[in-house]
Amino acid sequence: MEVVVAIIVGVLFAVGIYLILTQDVLRIVLGTSILTHAVHLLLMAMSMLKTGSAPLLGRGKETFVDPLPQALILTSIVINFGITAFFLVLAYRAYQKLDTTDMDRMPSESSRHRGQSR
Amino acid sequence: MSLLHLLTLSPFVLAAALPLLGKAAPRLHKGWFAAVLSAVLFAALLGYSADIRAGSPIIESFAWIPSLGISFTVYLDGLSLLFALLITGMGALVALYSVAYMNSSEESLNRFYVLLLIFMGAMLGLVLSDNLLTLYGFWELTSIASFLLIGYNHRNQRSRYGALKSLLITMTGGLGLLSGFILLYVMSGTYRIRELFEAGAPLISHPLFLPAMILILLGAFTKSAQYPFHIWLPDAMEAPTPVSAYLHSATMVKAGLYLVARLTPVFAGAPEWFWIVSLGGLVTLLYGSLGAVKQTDLKGILAYSTISQLGLMMSLLGIASLAGIFDGEERLLYAAAGTAALFHLLNHAAFKGTLFMAAGIVDHETGTRDIRKLGGLARIMPLTFTVSLFGALSMAGLPPFGGFISKEMFLESMIETMHAGVFRLQTWAVLFPVIAWIASVFTFVYSALFVVRTFFGPLKEELRSRNIHEAPPLMTIPPLLLSALALALGLFPGLAAYSLIRPAAEAMMPIIPASGERLPAELKLWHGFTPALWMTVGIVAAGSVLTLTARRWVKGYDLLPRGLSINRFYDASLRFFERITVRVTSLYMNGSSRSYVKYILGFMLLVLGFILFRSTDVTFQVRAYAVIRPYEWMILLGLAAAALAVPFAKSRTVAIILTGTIGYLMTLMFVFLRAPDLALTQMVVESISVTLFLLCFYHLPKLRTERRAVRFRLPNFLVSVAVGALMTLIALAVLDTNPFDPVSDYYVRESYESAGGKNIVNVILVDFRGFDTMLEIMVLGVASLGIYNMIKLRRKATDVGSRHVEHEGEEARKEASVLREAQYGYDGPVEDLDASKPGAGLPGDDQADSLPDLDGSSPAEHSDRREQPEEDQGPADSRAKGGERDA
Amino acid sequence: MPKGSDIFLQNVSKVVVFIILAFALYLFFTGHGSPGGGFIAGLMSAGALLLLALAYDIETVRKVLPVDFKLVTASGLLIALLTGAGALFFGKPFLKHAFGHFELPLLGETELHTALIFDLGVYLAVVGVTMTILLTIGEDR
Repeated sequence: MEVVVAIIVGVLFAVGIYLILTQDVLRIVLGTSILTHAVHLLLMAMSMLKTGSAPLLGRGKETFVDPLPQALILTSIVINFGITAFFLVLAYRAYQKLDTTDMDRMPSESSRHRGQSR
Repeated sequence: MSLLHLLTLSPFVLAAALPLLGKAAPRLHKGWFAAVLSAVLFAALLGYSADIRAGSPIIESFAWIPSLGISFTVYLDGLSLLFALLITGMGALVALYSVAYMNSSEESLNRFYVLLLIFMGAMLGLVLSDNLLTLYGFWELTSIASFLLIGYNHRNQRSRYGALKSLLITMTGGLGLLSGFILLYVMSGTYRIRELFEAGAPLISHPLFLPAMILILLGAFTKSAQYPFHIWLPDAMEAPTPVSAYLHSATMVKAGLYLVARLTPVFAGAPEWFWIVSLGGLVTLLYGSLGAVKQTDLKGILAYSTISQLGLMMSLLGIASLAGIFDGEERLLYAAAGTAALFHLLNHAAFKGTLFMAAGIVDHETGTRDIRKLGGLARIMPLTFTVSLFGALSMAGLPPFGGFISKEMFLESMIETMHAGVFRLQTWAVLFPVIAWIASVFTFVYSALFVVRTFFGPLKEELRSRNIHEAPPLMTIPPLLLSALALALGLFPGLAAYSLIRPAAEAMMPIIPASGERLPAELKLWHGFTPALWMTVGIVAAGSVLTLTARRWVKGYDLLPRGLSINRFYDASLRFFERITVRVTSLYMNGSSRSYVKYILGFMLLVLGFILFRSTDVTFQVRAYAVIRPYEWMILLGLAAAALAVPFAKSRTVAIILTGTIGYLMTLMFVFLRAPDLALTQMVVESISVTLFLLCFYHLPKLRTERRAVRFRLPNFLVSVAVGALMTLIALAVLDTNPFDPVSDYYVRESYESAGGKNIVNVILVDFRGFDTMLEIMVLGVASLGIYNMIKLRRKATDVGSRHVEHEGEEARKEASVLREAQYGYDGPVEDLDASKPGAGLPGDDQADSLPDLDGSSPAEHSDRREQPEEDQGPADSRAKGGERDA
Repeated sequence: MPKGSDIFLQNVSKVVVFIILAFALYLFFTGHGSPGGGFIAGLMSAGALLLLALAYDIETVRKVLPVDFKLVTASGLLIALLTGAGALFFGKPFLKHAFGHFELPLLGETELHTALIFDLGVYLAVVGVTMTILLTIGEDR
């Protein structure tokens, strides 16, 4: 299973990065979200899959899977939610203002300076 | 923390409290606070002088960064005390003077005094610290304070130019200084000055000795405006006059002298030290005095005169270093040069302070500092005339002023150098007195010109119409005191000689008290008919002739080639570096964040790939495989399929739903991977996220229906596949590479024992790693506030133009920048984008500095106007301007 | 925010919202012993309110829960911070928790835990944040 999961991690990373490199703001937001999933899966894979039961004590089990990555991922999921929402609203506002979701059509910092010295 | 620490830090405390104090007592000029504090500090320091005079320095230590061996150790010996008294005493007088001089608005007065106090604290810290790194920190702080004070009138282009110049030059020297200190540490293993002294002779033979010396001298020379680094000082005269009097003549520029004097025990005895310091000083002395004569601005004369006088003291310190290689009678002879330097330091502060304040008064009352427009003020401003005369006489080195004594000692030391007979002095030593004499003649000339042109002759036409009168008493008292000091130092030199000068000189040359001798400290007006006296007679004679004929020969300066000046060199190199920087930066900073992401990923690939393939610890042998059940296969394949389909989705809605699918499949993965908490959380988060996406779409129907595939781009594809492959490898490598014991065992063991919880994940979250969780919910809070601001506060932000909405936090600023983008932008089709016109305007133009102004008058506001006519209620005048520019 | 008009959805959600909220409450209190905790419970509660908003409209949610969710976030952060700071008064490091077993009327022996208060802060912060985001976007023109 580890090898398969590792490959899936690679696929998720590749897709996430590819989306981040596109021009469409919305797809960039989706890309960051997919990247997060990739990282979660990577963290899970790091902790040795299925080497014990769920990390809950007092249920008659002796071995547990590593609880630390789970705690980290839980934090990450919630943070990711906040960040995704923030990015999304940023894109949303940019679209409302600029009427485009294309990064290349948004006036950039440097083009603004050039525009000024016309 | 001791009393001395508190004394050193008190200016910073007052600086922080000043705005509040100003509120508490709004009628009181803020200068009073600074003046009172300086006076108190002066008195407190004076209280230490008895101890110092008895030869027992005071040392107090306070560990600051113990792990790096950096402590804030204050060390008060004769040398430090002399400088500290200078700093606080001049500080008190300058603050008093500024109360009458500065009458700007409330807010900028705050800025002025806060900076002045910060400077005073930094300067005190500089002369009192025993640790080289602490000293360096304070050293740079004085540079920064000076930079901000020179640029006090920041709307004036010349102020900004002068401020930047001083910062660049002194900071360059400062970096040299730091490197020098580090080299000293490498050689001796200590940053403590006192321990350096004990390291002694082995340092001289060390190969790093010379580089360290040169780097440290670079710092000292730039700070003390020695040739050829002097060019910043004349431009620094753009600062308000109290600042010039305080920083740029009395204290900051003397930090270099302090450093040279302080480190004399370390470097004295090396021929290079003697030659660089003394010759550098002499060249500066001559250059400064020649330069001062042609100045037409009163403060310009004083600036060049300061350069010259600093050179004088520097050369004396160089000669004093000879004391390190002789002993007995001769040693005391050369050590007298050090005494002379320190005594002149005091004299210089007295007479130059007087003259600066007088120049300020003249400027204040007549509105000009140009000596071509001035004249005949002696009758109208008798008091200012008197103090100026006193100051100028002391500066020219005439009896019965303090300047006369130190000048005589200076000339004597120069003559003495001819007889030293070391360091190949035999050949060149005759130059020393010759240069000294010529420079002194010109010193006499500019001192005379300063007084004659300002106060004698007829009153110029344009000044008659003004109602010129004597300055208010508050403004005349400080220069009056200083000129009295200049006189007192001449009549009663013993006042300072035993209590201040001798302890200072002995601290500079600790070898003398160590060998049981005492420096002769009898300073006298009358020395008998020594060669130095005859030289003075010659100076007066030649100087008088030159002063009377000045108008004729000053024109000769115009014949000098201008293209070769150091200022030209500075300007040209600044332009050159700016051009190169712009060119290099624009090579890779192309404004597209996509490229930046690619750089980051590229570096990540390089570094991680390199480690993965070179490190021997990394292997790819998976020890235990977990079994995959059929339904797990389905989920994993589903994950891959959903992910791979996202880039191909033409419609954004499909892309969103596919991403949501990935999320839900991850939820299932968490279930099978025994992470119930994660599964629950992921499920709810995914539902809310998808709702959020769809909510956004609800408001943007056009976006929902727009269909456009992602264009395939090979470089992007390659980068992402490479990153994916690398991550797969890392995931595989991690499975087998386990160099450390996992911490999780601790959590599993202690979860119930010490935290009382059975859900280990939850215990980690709220207990073991509670700090993480707390900061995490803070991040969430910030994100939600950011979103709130972006949506709800937008109307307000549009109104304000895009002035930075600082109190709304980071996200609000981002929001403001989104709005700014909008305002700048473009009008209609993309083809018209200004970005397509290359080379217009360079980054680093002044425009960048004044964004807020430009925002209001940006040429393309109509994109806004068209989109939301009811919102765009910017100031009417800015609208008009925008229109003009468009037309 | 679309104006909800589906009668069926409205009627179902009237009941379901309370079930979800009760479940969230359960998750919150058992969080220390079995799956659950402040994060999950907070998200779950927000999800319930979201369902209400979708079935009816945002005004309904505002009427049912007339609170400023920004304040909820703030109070959550404050509670978390104060719980952490409380340990300082007992000479313990910041965020050190304590727990014990107490005999309470009606409930019998109960384990009480300062970590639960911290978790309450987390819960409130998460609910506040999520609802602020949702309502802000939802109410936008």
